[in-house]
Amino acid sequence: MEFTGQTAIVTGVARGFGRAIVRRLARGGARVVGGDINLPGAEETVALVKKDGGEATAARLDVTSAESVRAAVDLALSTYDNRVDILVNNAGIQILESIEEISEEHWDRVIGVNMKGHFLTCRAVIPIMKKQGRGHIVNIASVGARNGGTFAGVHYIASKGGVLAMTKKLGKELGQYGIVVNGVNPGPSLTDMMADWPRSVVDGVVKNTPLGRMAEPEDIADAVAFLASDAARFISGETIEVNGGLVCD
Amino acid sequence: MEFANQTAIVTGVARGFGRAIVRRLARGGARVVAGDINMPGAEETVALVKKDGGEATAFRLDVASAESVRAMVDLALSKYDNRVDILVNNAGIWKLTPTEDTSEDEWDRIVNVNLKGPFLTCRAVVPIMKRQGRGHIVNIASIAARNGGTMAGIHYVASKGGVLALTKKLGKDLGKYGIVVNGINPGTGQTEMTADWPRATMEGIIKNTPLGRLVEPEDIADAVAFLASDAARFISGETVEVNGGLMCD
Repeated sequence: MEFTGQTAIVTGVARGFGRAIVRRLARGGARVVGGDINLPGAEETVALVKKDGGEATAARLDVTSAESVRAAVDLALSTYDNRVDILVNNAGIQILESIEEISEEHWDRVIGVNMKGHFLTCRAVIPIMKKQGRGHIVNIASVGARNGGTFAGVHYIASKGGVLAMTKKLGKELGQYGIVVNGVNPGPSLTDMMADWPRSVVDGVVKNTPLGRMAEPEDIADAVAFLASDAARFISGETIEVNGGLVCD
Repeated sequence: MEFANQTAIVTGVARGFGRAIVRRLARGGARVVAGDINMPGAEETVALVKKDGGEATAFRLDVASAESVRAMVDLALSKYDNRVDILVNNAGIWKLTPTEDTSEDEWDRIVNVNLKGPFLTCRAVVPIMKRQGRGHIVNIASIAARNGGTMAGIHYVASKGGVLALTKKLGKDLGKYGIVVNGINPGTGQTEMTADWPRATMEGIIKNTPLGRLVEPEDIADAVAFLASDAARFISGETVEVNGGLMCD
């Protein structure tokens, strides 16, 4: 299997994309530490993996806390063979509010989870990947990073733009160590995150999508699996749009 | 296997990227019609596929001739189950001519092979893919389409920019029929195409590439295989950079 003997860390695994990513990597043979601030949700994901015959461990993770990130990485090292081959930064939050409604507290919170969280996890795993001479990092950003988004707030959009740029920066910095860093920009999806979008907005997105539907978590998981695999060994700094053709710039 | 019972058409298969793409798809179970104007080269590629235990047929193809393209598609239909699941437009030529020395003949030839060729092959297979309600088209463009290139002539660079835009246009048009259209922008490879590049230029590229080497045909073939597979079902209009991090815009 493509990920046999490999250790993966995935953040934001209690639902939606993250859950599908964990299951997909585990189906490929990876042993996965699945982190989420919602531990019962993460445990449910791990239970699904075990039902699939895979191997995973849930961790209560606050990606905005360097300490919590450190603990999740230590757990991966101690549970799964003292290595980290794959890091998928998927944890993200969004708040639907217009700019004049956004408090500094909300701004800091969204940027903290969506962008600083990626920084903290990367900072923690890079020394390990350097030591291995190999590693695959996949950052989940958003179609909003390219097109400004449909409905999300400016904090969310700015954080995702930051992730897009960070992927390029780390791709440049880490290639010399055999570490490739790539991203996926998912199109709008009917996950819990978008559960409170107005119906008309959702219909408009579907209408404007050439493939005529929203993104499913498995669409994202399959793209992540490609970028996490050896097949993507010469791709770095790149973010793949998985949006059914909605935006292709 | 990911491509079992699928029929693929690949152009420009006598060497380099095209040869690796044919072998990769055939290893995945596809039956491949492999076209090239260099028939002995195409036959050599097919012989390699058969040695691998795969199935392929060589075809003498002039990709700039609608008649020749038609005949290739007819061969695929009659030989492999009356279907075309995958089309990979890889055929391409180039010259290093400075702009002021570029004749109209040379311009027309390069644009006809590199840009009109993909138009002709797409035009020929789209009705078949529509009938099937499914199809994957992968266009090989070039990093030059994004950055203007390092050494190639203006005809080559313009033709590849055209392919990049054609991929987006067809992604938009064909999504509703279940056809996804994507591309690959390879970085610079040590292929016959670049055999006469100055040594200093090649070394400069390697130095500026975070992953520290030139692209290998298998790097491209693995990315093509991903986009040609069901795992890429919700990606369309997208062109993936496979350049070791050299360029990520």
